[in-house]
Amino acid sequence: MAPAVVSTVRIQAEDFDTAAEIVRLTAGRTDAGAVVTFTGLCRDESGTLSGLELEHYPGMAEAEIRRICIEAAARWPVTGLSVIHRHGLIRPGENIVLVVAVSAHRHAAFDAAGFVMDFLKSRAPFWKKEHRIDGDAGSWVDAKESDDTALARWDRANTP
Amino acid sequence: MTKLVYFAWVRERIGKAEETVELPETVKTVAGLLLWLKGRGENYAAALEHPNVIRVAIDQEHVDHAARIAGASEIALFPPMTGG
Repeated sequence: MAPAVVSTVRIQAEDFDTAAEIVRLTAGRTDAGAVVTFTGLCRDESGTLSGLELEHYPGMAEAEIRRICIEAAARWPVTGLSVIHRHGLIRPGENIVLVVAVSAHRHAAFDAAGFVMDFLKSRAPFWKKEHRIDGDAGSWVDAKESDDTALARWDRANTP
Repeated sequence: MTKLVYFAWVRERIGKAEETVELPETVKTVAGLLLWLKGRGENYAAALEHPNVIRVAIDQEHVDHAARIAGASEIALFPPMTGG
């Protein structure tokens, strides 16, 4: 029987420690051969933003990310998967989201991490509002069409 | 009674984060709910001006506008998501 997949989903205001999250998935195991992490940061958009306000739907945000992780774990042989997403006011340069995927081999870890991020962007209930440096009222960030097209690459018909 | 929750600019335009409503029996689907809400005032009309862009979740799971709302305890309306 395959060892259990360790899966963590946390929605929090506080920052996270990527190294500690890797240890959480790999400590005490000898089956991991690859760790892939993705960290999403807050950009200042050429010096115009003082930060991003991240609103989320408590309960559903965690549930939806968990559903995405379960699907990823069903498609690739990952031994560990963690997603941490922050909410509240986040300043340029600060972390917004972390995905850690652990597997015996690199391809599964890369693919699982990419899949989770692509689905998280279009399906996890979070919304970004811009805070502008010039004090003007910031606007809500528009969803990008490219985020939807990013999902197409995970259609089973397009993947080996 | 059904709890409605709103997020991001849908929440701002309607002017509240949540409310509990008694839905008329004629409102049977998500599309019907959006149409009914739109007629409740200018703020709702502004939020739901383009109903096709509004995303909806019933009891914290995504649904499409054809979904039936019978038995729903919490229905959420929000713009396309921009997390990550």
